[in-house]
Amino acid sequence: MSNYFPDLESSAPPVVITDLHKSFGDNEVLKGIDLTVQQGEVVCVIGPSGSGKSTLLRCVNLLETPTKGSIQLLGAEMTDPDVELNQVRAHVGMVFQSFNLFPNMSAIGNCIIGQRQVLKRSKAEAIEIAKKNLAMVGLSDRMDYVPAKLSGGQQQRVAIARALSMDPKVMLFDEPTAALDPELVGDVLAVMRDLAHAGMTMMVVTHEMSFARDVSDRTIFMDGGVIVEEGPSQDLITAPKERRTQIFLKRVLDPTHIEDSELGETEPD
Amino acid sequence: MSAIPYLKPTVRARLGRGSSYAVGMALLLVIALFADWKTIGKEFFNLEVAAQMWPTIVTIALKNTLIYTISSFVLGSALAVLLAVLKVTGGPLGWFATAFIEFFRGIPALLTIFTFAFVVPIAFGFQIPGGGPGAGIMALTIVTGAYAAEIVRAGIEAVPPGQSEAARSLGMSSGMTMFWVVLPQALRIVIPPMTNEFVMLLKDTSLLFVAGFAVKEKELTSFGQDALSLTGSPTPLVMVALAYLVVTLPLTYLVGLLEKKLDPKR
Repeated sequence: MSNYFPDLESSAPPVVITDLHKSFGDNEVLKGIDLTVQQGEVVCVIGPSGSGKSTLLRCVNLLETPTKGSIQLLGAEMTDPDVELNQVRAHVGMVFQSFNLFPNMSAIGNCIIGQRQVLKRSKAEAIEIAKKNLAMVGLSDRMDYVPAKLSGGQQQRVAIARALSMDPKVMLFDEPTAALDPELVGDVLAVMRDLAHAGMTMMVVTHEMSFARDVSDRTIFMDGGVIVEEGPSQDLITAPKERRTQIFLKRVLDPTHIEDSELGETEPD
Repeated sequence: MSAIPYLKPTVRARLGRGSSYAVGMALLLVIALFADWKTIGKEFFNLEVAAQMWPTIVTIALKNTLIYTISSFVLGSALAVLLAVLKVTGGPLGWFATAFIEFFRGIPALLTIFTFAFVVPIAFGFQIPGGGPGAGIMALTIVTGAYAAEIVRAGIEAVPPGQSEAARSLGMSSGMTMFWVVLPQALRIVIPPMTNEFVMLLKDTSLLFVAGFAVKEKELTSFGQDALSLTGSPTPLVMVALAYLVVTLPLTYLVGLLEKKLDPKR
């Protein structure tokens, strides 16, 4: 039943996670996650640090190997050892908190290498696509710069362009703005918003509540390795039902006004 | 301790520097005054002897030293990259690489050269092409490969894991990731220790005499030894030392330029 290759034409949900567990040694970080992302859907994952949200995202394209459970990505069962991992990953873009641009290549070089080596596109085609995507993130004039010569926000936009140059069916964002100076966050979020409006399927781990509320279709609140609450982003962020969600959102949205009575006895630390 | 008056740290630092200069100058002075300069000049810097060695010290000895060094360095570095990649990949080949590295790092280079020159031809009935120098270069290649493999491995491990993650996320295989992303960065990191390796190798070519040389195949040290026994003067040794320095001193400068050129922050 399980598929070894990505199905790029299917209209089935591109991400289907079932009963996902992940442990690092004795530490169980994910304790049974079920999550489906539909075509064109933008899902934000929020939660306190250590809640397992980054681990969840990294499990999706198997940067972390799950301990138990199933991950269907573009129709391929990622936990099957026979799956053509590289072929699936080639169609799933990943953007990291620390950018992870290749420092020995220019911005356009970063956008070309995957196209040439993995998709085997011709040089001319790869350059054309790289230029198109760098223009889309507003960096046409920085094509030939090495990452060290770019600001954090510019580097992250190059990283997005690098991922987009592979024509991904799904984009995974792992706290893409967490390492940026506050004044540079907006440029990156704007690119991500354009992408969402263009119909890209996206899974975004983030602390940017306004992005989650205004751009994403659905928000998932994780804590302690489980999904505590999920729902339409507008509802979840403005009117959370679960107490843990309420406390978390209150802290994030209004960090200077925490009343002692709100810090329930159930707090882990 | 209370007898030492309080001194400001800056003053104390200046006094400390001053006293070490004073000791250094005193040492030089003792050497200069008590050494027998006339004898030293005649024995060690004898221009007549030096003139006899010219130009063969460059056209034969230095040239051969450089040929032996550079060819073993190039081949040895390639071997080192191969061994390092095998070792970080693990598996049976990784074990083989580890055993290879540990074995050839653990025995003296002289022994390896001797083995390739005399033991291998007897044991396998196979004469290594190039005679004594050929066997010597092969031995030094293996010795350098074993030493430098650990340098390259450290370089590979110094590349942040996020680099491989980014490459793998693009769908690149582990081999592509190593070749296009990790190795280029690792090799830049290992330039300083590899320069060290080059200098050590340059001097290790002096061990090649055990492999046996024809006259035209002599490198600097054996060339100097010949001249020493021929002339009875130690001047050739001084000449040989200078010839080694002519290579090593500019090297430091050139490598500095290379590092600057390859700096990603340029």
